Amino acid sequence: MFGAALEDRHRKLSMIRVLLSLVWLVVTVGLAAAQDLQSVLQTHAEEVASPSRNSVSVVLDDLADLGSPQVSVFLEQWAERNIWQDDATSLFYIGAEDGDAIALTDLDSGEQSTAASDGYTQIRPNGGVRRVIGSALVQFQLTDPDPDRRRSALESIGRRADASQLPLLEASLEGEADPDIRARKVQLINFLIARFGEDTADRVVAIESLSSDTSVEARAVLSQILSTSTDVTDGEPSGNIARVLDSSSDPAAFYSELVEADLAPPLVSPGDIRAALEANIVDGRVGGVPIAQLGTDVLRVQAYAALAADGLVPPLVTQADVAATLSSFTFYEDYDEPDPTITDAARATLDTVETRVGLEQTVDLTLDGLSLASIYFLAAIGLAITFGQMGVINMAHGEFIMMGAYTGYVVQLFVPDYTISLMISLPLAFAVTFGAGVAMERLVIRHLYHRPLETLLATFGISIALQQIAKNIFGTQARPLTSPEWLGGALVISDVIQISYIRIAIFVLAIVFLCLLLFILKRTRLGLEVRAVTQNPGMAASMGINPDRINMMTFGLGSGIAGVAGVGIGLYAQVTSEMGANYIVQSFMTVVVGGVGSVFGTLAGAGLIGFLQKGIEWLNPSNTLAAQTYMILFIILFIQFRPKGIVAPKGRAAAD
Amino acid sequence: MSQTPPPRKSFIVRNPSVLYFLAALALFTVFVAVMSEATGTGLISTSFVKTLGKTLCFCLIAIAMDVVWGYCGILSLGHFAFFGIGGYAIGMWLMYARTELIVAQSLAGQVIPPTQQEVTDAIGKQIFGVVGSSDFPAIWMFADSLFMQLAIVVLVPGLLALVFGWLAFRSRVTGVYLSILTQAMTLALALYLFQNDSGLRGNNGLSGLQNIPGFADSGQDVISLVFFLASAAALALGYVVFAWITDSKLGNIIQAIRDDESRVRFLGYHVESYKLFVFTITAIVAGIAGALYYPQAGIINPAEVAPIASIYLAVWVAIGGRGRLYGAVIGAALVSLLSSWFTGGGAPDIDLGFYKIQWVDWWLVLLGVTFALVTLFAPKGIGGLFDKLVRKS
Amino acid sequence: MNIITKYSLGVTAAFLIAGSAAAQDCADPIKVGVLHSLSGTMAISETTLKDTMELLIAQQNKAGGLLGCEIEAVVVDPASDWPLFAEKARELLTVSDVDVIFGSWTSVSRKSALPVLEELNGLMFYPVQYEGEESSRNVFYTGAAPNQQAIPATDYFLEELGVEKFALLGTDYVYPRTTNNILEQYLIDAGIPEENIFVNYTPFGHSDWSTIVADVVELGADGSQVGVISTINGDANIGFYKELAAAGISADDIPVVAFSVGEEELSGLDTSDLVGHLAAWNYFQSAESEANDEWVAAWKETMGEERVTNDPMEAHYIGFNMWVNAVEEAGTTDVDAVREAMYGQEFPNLTGGTAVMLPNHHLAKPVLIGEITEDGQFDIISQTEEVPGDAWTDFLPESAVLTSDWKDLGCGMYNTETATCVQLTSNY
Repeated sequence: MFGAALEDRHRKLSMIRVLLSLVWLVVTVGLAAAQDLQSVLQTHAEEVASPSRNSVSVVLDDLADLGSPQVSVFLEQWAERNIWQDDATSLFYIGAEDGDAIALTDLDSGEQSTAASDGYTQIRPNGGVRRVIGSALVQFQLTDPDPDRRRSALESIGRRADASQLPLLEASLEGEADPDIRARKVQLINFLIARFGEDTADRVVAIESLSSDTSVEARAVLSQILSTSTDVTDGEPSGNIARVLDSSSDPAAFYSELVEADLAPPLVSPGDIRAALEANIVDGRVGGVPIAQLGTDVLRVQAYAALAADGLVPPLVTQADVAATLSSFTFYEDYDEPDPTITDAARATLDTVETRVGLEQTVDLTLDGLSLASIYFLAAIGLAITFGQMGVINMAHGEFIMMGAYTGYVVQLFVPDYTISLMISLPLAFAVTFGAGVAMERLVIRHLYHRPLETLLATFGISIALQQIAKNIFGTQARPLTSPEWLGGALVISDVIQISYIRIAIFVLAIVFLCLLLFILKRTRLGLEVRAVTQNPGMAASMGINPDRINMMTFGLGSGIAGVAGVGIGLYAQVTSEMGANYIVQSFMTVVVGGVGSVFGTLAGAGLIGFLQKGIEWLNPSNTLAAQTYMILFIILFIQFRPKGIVAPKGRAAAD
Repeated sequence: MSQTPPPRKSFIVRNPSVLYFLAALALFTVFVAVMSEATGTGLISTSFVKTLGKTLCFCLIAIAMDVVWGYCGILSLGHFAFFGIGGYAIGMWLMYARTELIVAQSLAGQVIPPTQQEVTDAIGKQIFGVVGSSDFPAIWMFADSLFMQLAIVVLVPGLLALVFGWLAFRSRVTGVYLSILTQAMTLALALYLFQNDSGLRGNNGLSGLQNIPGFADSGQDVISLVFFLASAAALALGYVVFAWITDSKLGNIIQAIRDDESRVRFLGYHVESYKLFVFTITAIVAGIAGALYYPQAGIINPAEVAPIASIYLAVWVAIGGRGRLYGAVIGAALVSLLSSWFTGGGAPDIDLGFYKIQWVDWWLVLLGVTFALVTLFAPKGIGGLFDKLVRKS
Repeated sequence: MNIITKYSLGVTAAFLIAGSAAAQDCADPIKVGVLHSLSGTMAISETTLKDTMELLIAQQNKAGGLLGCEIEAVVVDPASDWPLFAEKARELLTVSDVDVIFGSWTSVSRKSALPVLEELNGLMFYPVQYEGEESSRNVFYTGAAPNQQAIPATDYFLEELGVEKFALLGTDYVYPRTTNNILEQYLIDAGIPEENIFVNYTPFGHSDWSTIVADVVELGADGSQVGVISTINGDANIGFYKELAAAGISADDIPVVAFSVGEEELSGLDTSDLVGHLAAWNYFQSAESEANDEWVAAWKETMGEERVTNDPMEAHYIGFNMWVNAVEEAGTTDVDAVREAMYGQEFPNLTGGTAVMLPNHHLAKPVLIGEITEDGQFDIISQTEEVPGDAWTDFLPESAVLTSDWKDLGCGMYNTETATCVQLTSNY
């Protein structure tokens, strides 16, 4: 038997390898009475070298039978891709590559050696195989003294649960000292009992205990208990029936199922009719109809019916036939779980859970909306100052956002620590864009205060120039702007409600700027002067305010905020030379919808647009582009009916 | 008291520039026609004839823009949307008719004559196969009729402008707000067209438009010349019509609205109607320009309609000089031809020793800065300089 | 492409690459048109290919040119403006009189140039993976058809990773739309119920991914293994992967396989959070073969140490070399003669094995699946035998009956059911 298997295994190998292996086998069998790990692996050499999820279990079973302590070490190293194969002898080693050399460890003896890495191939099991290996490791790792290994075993159970793990898990619970791991074990035992428990009452208890758990895992347990399969019968349905399906809702689909199950004759498609007609031409006629007249469906059907009457083709299945056939069958779904008490409990629990999930999803959507609104607000608030207070249409505003983001990128090039670089880039981005804003105001805007519409044109020119300059300097490739470690990850309230820290940070940034701006405008001398110049520049000037200086400061402030917004936006999305252009139209709409000249208006505008977009996306989750289109249409309509925005300016300021 | 006003001089005498313009255009057209490959001289390549023809279409939409902005003071950032709609409308017919011929040819060899349904299905499969669909969307319902699609070229931009303008002018949305609103309209249209489900082949747009159905045998050299001549004729006609409109009493009111809307309103004129008229008629002209442009370009896709295109249109008019029709023509022709000269590698690179200025990279910077400078220091554009010269002489 | 690297390159206009081989008795040099955008949105991807072509032509000239003649590159810039591709193609073929064109990246740019190529009987090599459903007499498609990238990757998901629920996320344009249509049908045929396939389209450059990532996570609520097949294009990937990482989704939880993310795209990202996510291509820079080592070394020597190689570059590498061999075989650069000589051309590809040009103008190439590593490269974990490219997919009923064979049938859109040629020009 051994010989036959051996022969079979080696058929594909070259002669040299056969000889080598034979020699090797004789030696090993001669030396060691019991089989060692390497020889088991060699019997499955190909499968070990390029494992596949569906077939790797053969190897794992044999390894489990071996029961040697090296097995778990091997499995771990295998999954970690630290196993290397000698190309010449096909032997496996634990290897660590170091330049051109490789440090090898013998699997059985643990003997160390070094070799050139040229003659060795790294074994790379894919993700699916690694998961199977992980399951096989569970039995070794559950009671391992290293808590990391225990955790990885639990992770493995969480991903791929099966009934055999329940006793192992229960046995390991006793000696568990780590409270976190213990709690996780208890939770997993609960999941496993719910799915695979022996006793119905225990299962129902376990199932009902999940009613307040909205985690994806818990819902998965319930859904799996409730898994169904569709069946069809011409009599009374039997089994643990989930529901009876209405076949008239989609006759074509249900009928095709019947056809597939050979329970009904197939439909004859127009293509079939055509082919049948072509095949049955007699003397220029088909079923008595001349070919030239077969250009209409009516005559085609007529000809086909004639053929069918002669028994040359299968008869046409009409709509009535389909309806009649369908009515004689019952389609139903039945649970794979035979016990109705279990499925009823699971169904009731799942319904409760889903209500909660729905609620949590609403909260999550609100958070997303809030986050989007804060991003729009941040992008638009600078514009609200320059546009709202000064009436300047700054098309280059988006480019200031871009400049801020690139400032962040450049700072990261020089300061490798992400936290420190962020601390530097925020004020630096403000300074850079403040400077750029002031320069633009002095050079361009200043000359156009009496022609506000033309600021649009001039700043557009500057915008395309700036964008192209950025392209020339940084290239069109997106540049990485990486957030610090502590801003990575997400605030997880439940599996449904979570929001990434970076978005929270942007939200905080938006709030800070809102407060700062309100403070400056309402509580400082600068703010007073800005408002004065906005309302009546001439009068303000006669009161000793220098409108030139105020305009410069205001414009610089608005531009500076854009720069800071750029850093924030770059952290969560991409930094490219076109990123500003993506926000400019949106930002103008935010300001206009909100009402020009009011910080709160911009806030309201950003909120409206952010929530609206999320709402439309929720209604139509498969097409984000359509959501954006509808949103813009809504804004157009909104402006028609409230041309001055949500927070409309009053009095003098209202007249442009 | 009855004092007869002096008889108005004829339109041409009052507007000699129209005559100059028409003469120059005619000369230019004849020159290009003689030099083109179609007549055998071949000094101007077919691709350059196409470029010139397209430039004439740009000139046409530029004078429309000039009327709406330079004369009436409405800075519309949506006229390229109308241009695109015109292109899509004619493109639908071109694609349908061309595919119909191909389908008819391939179905002709079959034993059993095809049904109407089979023909339509086959055409649909050909046109929409690229976007993974085969059904005709409702907006293609008139695609088989050239007459209907030509009507759509005029009607859809006209109606859209009418409705949009009516809503906007009625709400007294003016100035910057109107600009942003028209820009939003353009963006909405572009986003809509970008969707694959829009029924206009999404990002792929409509292509192969240079192959005119029924003229497969006449080469592109002839087709390009025909379209060039048609564009020239349309430009001439458009120029005369707009010159006449701006010269009439209507034109005076329009310009008065630009200068002070409230005053005109207090004088008893229904300002909204005048604005609506100008907005709509220029939109129609923009649609016609688009319908002439895209068969020369060969392909239309949503990127053509993106908001930036409309801003560029404003740039052309501003550089050329607002409020004078020939200014718009000069601006559009100059900037678009220069643009293709610079990006096409026609301009020699400038070696500064430490850095080599390559115009492919720096052309947009130059354009942007020039534009800002023109806005600042020559608000009347090139046309303004022209005026000064004429007056001096 | 920054100022410094650009400075070292000649761009735009027609210019000559001086090789070392002396051009003897050549009345006109052999001209190769390069039709890749050097400005605009696509410049980032396409400039690399222009550089690739220049490197290949320089190498060939060093090796003695072609038919004893020097090869001259005629570079034009269609500026990511789709109508310009038609205009520039016409210019190349009629004004510059090129013998062959290497160019285009997006499908829409190819469809723009197609009518011109067919009208003037030009020859173009198109190097990028695309949605198929096309076979022009005048174009050789050296990139992957869907069955050479999407289908094997999906098989990998089904068989190796045991994925039961699929999220097909894509940018809203033709390649993702058609690919996803094909995949949807393929998955349904493979027994995945329709409700287990979630499809979403986002605009170019999309950045707000939180809701979509949440939707994907939610798919796993019934205990199924979820996998994401991403046809998200370009910059938008950055936001997407950042959001995935922020949500703490590892490749073990929800694997993502991308068809448009290669070495170039990853250079704009910190890949530490993406380790283990997948990409499917016909080539990775990490492929182990001597030819690849040489190619990578030559590339880095010309372009700089930090530059990476990618799949479309390999496509041009194979395409150009095949064209050179075909010209030598035909003894002329005449388009029809070269086209005939192209069929059955073999050339070793950079991943080991041999690429073959099929009569449907597509290549037979192996499919590789790689896992993203920390250094922005890919660990190749699966490599198939050569898969013949299929112009018309077998998984959509309308195109299953179509086939393309320019050698024997002389038709790119041949209906096997009715045994007729649907059309000789292509369906642009």
